[in-house]
Amino acid sequence: MTWYLVRRIGQSIAVVIGVMILTFILVHLEPGSTAKAVLGLKATPARIALFDNTYGLNRPLPVQFWLYCDRVLHGNFGVSYTAGQPVSTLIAQRLPRDAVLLGASTLLALIIGVPMGLYQALHHGTVRDDVVAGTWFTLYSAPDFMEALLLIAIFSVHFHILQPNFPGGITSIGGLFGDLNAMVLPVVVLAINSVAGFSQYMRSSAIEELAQDYIRTARAKGVRERLILTRHLLRNALLPIVTILGLALPDIVAGAVIAEAIFNFPGMGLLFWQSALSHDFPVLLGATLIIGIATVLGNLVADVAYGILDPRIRHAVA
Amino acid sequence: MQSPDDAAVAGPVIAAPPGPAPAGGELTTSIGSRNLALHDFLHNKRAMGGCGVVLLLVLFCFVGPLIYRTNQTTVNLGLANLPPGPGNPLGTDEYGIDILGRLMAGGQSSLELGFSVAIASTVIGALYGAISGMIGGIVDAFLMRIVDTLLAVPTFILLLIVSSMFTLNLTAIIVILTVLSWPYVCRLVRAQVLSLRTREFVQASTAMGSTRMRILVRHMLPNTFNIFIVTTTFAVADSIYALSALSFLGLGPPPPFADWGTMLTTGVNDLFDSYPWEVYPALIILVVTILAFRQIGDALNDIASSRSSIR
Repeated sequence: MTWYLVRRIGQSIAVVIGVMILTFILVHLEPGSTAKAVLGLKATPARIALFDNTYGLNRPLPVQFWLYCDRVLHGNFGVSYTAGQPVSTLIAQRLPRDAVLLGASTLLALIIGVPMGLYQALHHGTVRDDVVAGTWFTLYSAPDFMEALLLIAIFSVHFHILQPNFPGGITSIGGLFGDLNAMVLPVVVLAINSVAGFSQYMRSSAIEELAQDYIRTARAKGVRERLILTRHLLRNALLPIVTILGLALPDIVAGAVIAEAIFNFPGMGLLFWQSALSHDFPVLLGATLIIGIATVLGNLVADVAYGILDPRIRHAVA
Repeated sequence: MQSPDDAAVAGPVIAAPPGPAPAGGELTTSIGSRNLALHDFLHNKRAMGGCGVVLLLVLFCFVGPLIYRTNQTTVNLGLANLPPGPGNPLGTDEYGIDILGRLMAGGQSSLELGFSVAIASTVIGALYGAISGMIGGIVDAFLMRIVDTLLAVPTFILLLIVSSMFTLNLTAIIVILTVLSWPYVCRLVRAQVLSLRTREFVQASTAMGSTRMRILVRHMLPNTFNIFIVTTTFAVADSIYALSALSFLGLGPPPPFADWGTMLTTGVNDLFDSYPWEVYPALIILVVTILAFRQIGDALNDIASSRSSIR
């Protein structure tokens, strides 16, 4: 386990460096010069030279990359072109709100997806399995922005039950909870996108476990079916879901951009979308770096958790 | 995603059906696993249904405009927001452009994008993954960290950044989506190659003096086919979705470029007014297209995993 852990952490560090190289390359792809973007188009050559000198923009690329890493590791992601605030501040304000939104939707998706997958596994190969699979498959395939719009059309425009978007000016997490009504649609839309993945993994994992000897033994000795499901099957079949949670992070984040843009949810996704429309590159690249690192960490934690939860893996790699 | 070990079991020789003994010492390669898989595919209702829909879509988008000629370039406000009726079977949009004709034009770009990205990313990903897996060692570790890096940042996020930096045309989007999609294929193919490397038929081939090139082309790639064909079909659906989402967020190619996502975005503003015909046709055709490709992919996935479990 220790050796595995060391190797896995080493890989993760390599990937984090890779993500930094990637964002560094993207910074340099940016059309026009950074100095002009910050100082304005009318900046004099002398001021541009001074700016380039101050920020090391006239140094060789490897040196610039080193300076970039140094800045990033000190939490300095640059200053937003449009908001005039440090990118780290903008992101730090929004991350907790995303934790609430994505946490709630993922939880909802698990609450629906896990029992659904179990149900499908127990009725494996019957019409009921096909109907459930078909329904989620269709919902998963339909583009999320359409589902969002249709839900708005039904619940906000037609029935006037739910708010179609967040009121502007929410600054605290408490504000989110103060507006629970507006939370419903974003959470539901994001959950719909994840349920299909979770339920299908749960289904195949449960089918695999149902064929194992320990289930047959439990049935043979007369354990009640409900206990077999909760004590034996569920615990073992849930294991792969842990890994999927880690791997699903990029998809969840990408879905968040669209959902937040539609529902005006004041999170990273909305910030990202608005920055993309206004060409605010420091924010875009800072957010990308954070998302990349979060994904790497998510995968690492999922792998390690998998090892801790499943002794077979722990001992196989030790 | 099926586990790589599952799929690894389906080799060409094992799956050969019982039949007359091969004549003249010839090995049974004529009816290999791929022909059996093809048989499964042709008898799978979901796969055939999906293929039928795709065929209809291709006809609709590429042959349709030859029969149903419309003006897709000039704005005619005198004809704006007309409801469906004679002359405009699906009505017109806010610029007076015929919606049925626009669906065809938009479909062309969506399908071209989907097929190009799927084929290009599969070729790159399969070759990269197979070569990396065959070389192994430090080179493999280095090559895989590049793949991990691209996988760590969501495709859609990178697409948004690049489209914020440059005004993209269809070709540029195809290139970007290809660059961002091949790592998914690569990972699966590499995992399969790693397990194939230890199989007897590959070792036998090495022992008989096959070059690495020959092993790659004759053994590795054919035996990973059932894996990457699944990702290929999913890639078509995913890239069509990505283009429509990009346009929906207002970062797609500028007009007069036609695509279903843009039609939706402009139509949505009218959804809450009284022009439903400007939203629903694009919405329905987009869902149907993505569903059709996903059905084919899912059916292929089933075939691949059931063929490996038969044994």
